[in-house]
Amino acid sequence: MSGTRLSSGGLIDRARRIDFNFDGRSMHGFGGDTLASALLANGTGIVGRSFKYHRPRGVWGGWFDEPNAIFSVRTPKGSLPNVLGTTTALAPGMDIRSVNAWPNAGFDVKGGLDLFSPWLKAGFYYKTFMKPDWHLFEPMIRRMAGLGTLEPDMVEGYTADQVHAQCDLLVVGGGAAGLAAAEAAARQGKTVWLVEDHDTLGGGLYRMGDRIEGLQPTDWVAARKAAIEDAGGRILTHTTAFGVFDHRLYGLARQSAVDVAPTLYRLRAKECLLASGAIDRPVTFGNNDLPGIMSLEAGLEYLGRYGVRVGNAIAIAANHAQAASAAARLSEAGAKVSLFDPAKGDLAASGRRGVKALRQGKRAEAVDCVLASAGWTPVLHLWRHAGGKLRWDEALATFLPAEAPAGMRAIGAANGTFDLDQALAEARAFAMGEPYSQATTRFTLTPTLPKPGAKGRQWIDFQHDVTLKDIELAERENYVSVEHLKRYTTLSMASDQGKTSNIPGLAAMAALTGKTIPEVGTTTFRPPFVPVPLALYHGHHGGQNFRPLKRLALENVHRSSGAALGEYGGWLRPAWYGDRPGPEAAQSEARMVRDAGGILDASPLGKIEVMGPDAEAFVNFVYYNTMKTLKPGFLRYGFLLTERGVIFDDGVVFRMGPNRFVISSSSSHAEGVTGMLESWRQDGNDPDRIFVHDTTNHWSTVTVTGPKARDVTRSLGLDVDLSADAFPHMTFRETVWRDVALRIARVSFTGEVSFEISVPASSAKALWTALADAGRPLGVRPMGIEALSILRAEKGFIIIGKDTDGETMPHDLGFTLPRTKKPTTFVGDRGLHTDAANDPDRRQLVGLSAIGDTPLPTGAHLIDGTDRRSFGIVTSSYMSPNVNRPIALGLVERGTQRMGETVTLFHLGQTYQATLTSPVAFDREGARIHA
Amino acid sequence: MQVLPCPFCGPRSEGEFHFAAETGKTRPDTTRDVSAEKWAAYLFDQTNEKGVTREIWIHLPCAEVFVMSRDSVTMDVLGTETLRKLPT
Repeated sequence: MSGTRLSSGGLIDRARRIDFNFDGRSMHGFGGDTLASALLANGTGIVGRSFKYHRPRGVWGGWFDEPNAIFSVRTPKGSLPNVLGTTTALAPGMDIRSVNAWPNAGFDVKGGLDLFSPWLKAGFYYKTFMKPDWHLFEPMIRRMAGLGTLEPDMVEGYTADQVHAQCDLLVVGGGAAGLAAAEAAARQGKTVWLVEDHDTLGGGLYRMGDRIEGLQPTDWVAARKAAIEDAGGRILTHTTAFGVFDHRLYGLARQSAVDVAPTLYRLRAKECLLASGAIDRPVTFGNNDLPGIMSLEAGLEYLGRYGVRVGNAIAIAANHAQAASAAARLSEAGAKVSLFDPAKGDLAASGRRGVKALRQGKRAEAVDCVLASAGWTPVLHLWRHAGGKLRWDEALATFLPAEAPAGMRAIGAANGTFDLDQALAEARAFAMGEPYSQATTRFTLTPTLPKPGAKGRQWIDFQHDVTLKDIELAERENYVSVEHLKRYTTLSMASDQGKTSNIPGLAAMAALTGKTIPEVGTTTFRPPFVPVPLALYHGHHGGQNFRPLKRLALENVHRSSGAALGEYGGWLRPAWYGDRPGPEAAQSEARMVRDAGGILDASPLGKIEVMGPDAEAFVNFVYYNTMKTLKPGFLRYGFLLTERGVIFDDGVVFRMGPNRFVISSSSSHAEGVTGMLESWRQDGNDPDRIFVHDTTNHWSTVTVTGPKARDVTRSLGLDVDLSADAFPHMTFRETVWRDVALRIARVSFTGEVSFEISVPASSAKALWTALADAGRPLGVRPMGIEALSILRAEKGFIIIGKDTDGETMPHDLGFTLPRTKKPTTFVGDRGLHTDAANDPDRRQLVGLSAIGDTPLPTGAHLIDGTDRRSFGIVTSSYMSPNVNRPIALGLVERGTQRMGETVTLFHLGQTYQATLTSPVAFDREGARIHA
Repeated sequence: MQVLPCPFCGPRSEGEFHFAAETGKTRPDTTRDVSAEKWAAYLFDQTNEKGVTREIWIHLPCAEVFVMSRDSVTMDVLGTETLRKLPT
């Protein structure tokens, strides 16, 4: 193949020279070139190797229909895999590498693989899965297959911007029909968006270069563009409409440079006119994959847009009327052109590294390029995404739009209107909402479809190396459904998604099974229409932009106190204080609390108000525990269950008054509990008699805990008698401190005397500072979550979701009474009496005392050495600084009946020994909490 | 991404909503014996209607629970009903 850059013609800017490398060779192109047009202009024939057989492959198409020209590209910003050469703009300094070839596409050491092709037939994977053993082949196949490798110098900062927009009319395709339609609609006052995937408008107008409505194509296009924009229309070039989604949502990907992530437009369009044009169907003949064999449309595109003549001696193998005019156009450009009609006899190409000759019967022409077309296939992917139907047209031998999806019509070549004058009339009529009846096309062809049974290899899917013989094999092995055919042979499963191979593949199967093509049917068209990077969907929705951290009102106070902050249940909280290793700090803080006391920011604890005349019955219904007997001023620990009886959350309930409760959900679960309460409130109750309001963020809570907690709290000078007799455990008081409301509760998660003090968040700093100042001389200092986790585990207090799982019920934790004794209905009541709930082998909460000095690994499984299964797991495990030994909690089958047993645990190849004990390791009598 | 109508906030993006349940289920009266089959049906049985469905949805920003009728084939939204008693 010998492509040549002509001295004039095309849309390229010959004043702007662009230097680049291809497989280590220096080349140059011009502004406006794609990678493919520049390579063709430099006479490059082989641009890559095929996927399976490593056959040499050249450029086949002119745009998104290209199966072969896929490259790895390195730009000054980094490396990009899987770059489609025909749609990517050439940029200065690009280093382009062919893929699936080593050392380069021209000489590939694996090229000999083609000799083994009889063993790599369709269904190779499926057959080797059965016998002899897929794993024998897997390493080799994985090394061989694929299109390029990920390089370590990936482009950094490749993040897509995302735009939400809406319009009256979206026109997809900026060719003649699209431009005419957009202009007509915009002049009517509609909000019109026009998208075109090239960076130049005009579609196929440059192929033949004929005048349109009396103007040169570039002038006509410029006039339409100006008219659309004058009327307020918006034109996005280099933008692909890649999918249609529910409720008329269109996904648009707007590309700038190859190493910059495209911008995603989520466009909601009331109406859409699909002017996406048509592409050439390949002609299926012997050795039709040789470099130098291209689509006719591509040959004309390279000439019309890029000033590249793709060959010196060109054979045109086309079955339709455009062949003659194309021949004239290419002759004018200096090529020696011969015409073949594929309908008149079987064609066969010959050559090894590129096409050398084309034969038909006794006729043979020496050529360096074959331009083939078996007719035009309208591009109807978006039509199918939207739910439009297709019909098979015998005369044009292609699928055309049938019943339209809501809000979409096809115009121009996409609608099978292949004549320019008719396409313009149709486009303008549809845009104005005027009636238009499609005229008979002057485009005629002799249907030419693949003929099974031919000798030699005829390629159907160039990118995945699927030949006509593979389809014959699939048919013999009864993979005749199109969906089976596709997966068995991998036909149309490459990155071009069968844009060129689909119809030849279906036609071959139809011929083999004696069916018509509509009976065979098509596979499902799914977005995206062309490959788009996952970064496009992802956009900036990562990290904090995806799940923002919840921040404490006291964050800056903690930072200035030297807190190590970490994420706990979505909140950024102090893990420990001081510039020291975490485990050491946690041990020290946990010891400090039992010796003197600690001050904890407990603000993330849920504070959900439940109010109204039906509040008491409601709270009693949603809780496992009886709550209607709770008196104002008291609080009670309880569980919220799912209807299955599984624990959803735990926490304490404050009774503020006859018709008012505050539910203190666990720290990471306030939204979930509020949602559950809202659901029961509105669906099943009278929502005008119960009100639920999450005030978690309105209040900050500081907990003072430890033997000296009362002394520290006393410094606030509250008008509350803090003595144990006057203010017992599980009660609370409401008062005023420094002119703001203050709520103080005796409730403990450490097993020590604790005062949980809540004030409006705006007073949090004053409260914290007052308590920290009072605590310092007493040795009572701030403590983090890590120490709290140890302290609560020493007392056997659970954390929901850590020490419980999706099966745990209250009676597994020893909370058995309401299950049998609660007199009223409650959420999950029946779920607690299923066969599974009554199973004597249920996993129950236990303590585990490790034998030795090392804490058990969290997640270790109980094993018994006979049955190869887990009998339980370690859910929490720490070194306890207060009992001076490792402690752990776990869920173990029949655990409460097995106290004192020594068990074996297994984790990551190691075994451990432990004794099953009570979950409570410290202060078993619970005297300290009441002090 | 669908556009779903909250009866109080108007048309909003699908991501703001959660599906809650199919309509038509009533919680069995657990003050009486409820058979395991009946309870299992209440918890797990779904009709998965193809075509017109009535479902309970929640609009998360305003926390409103409401009934939405839609077509599970065409994805057309046919209407919404509030669960509240509206002022008369």
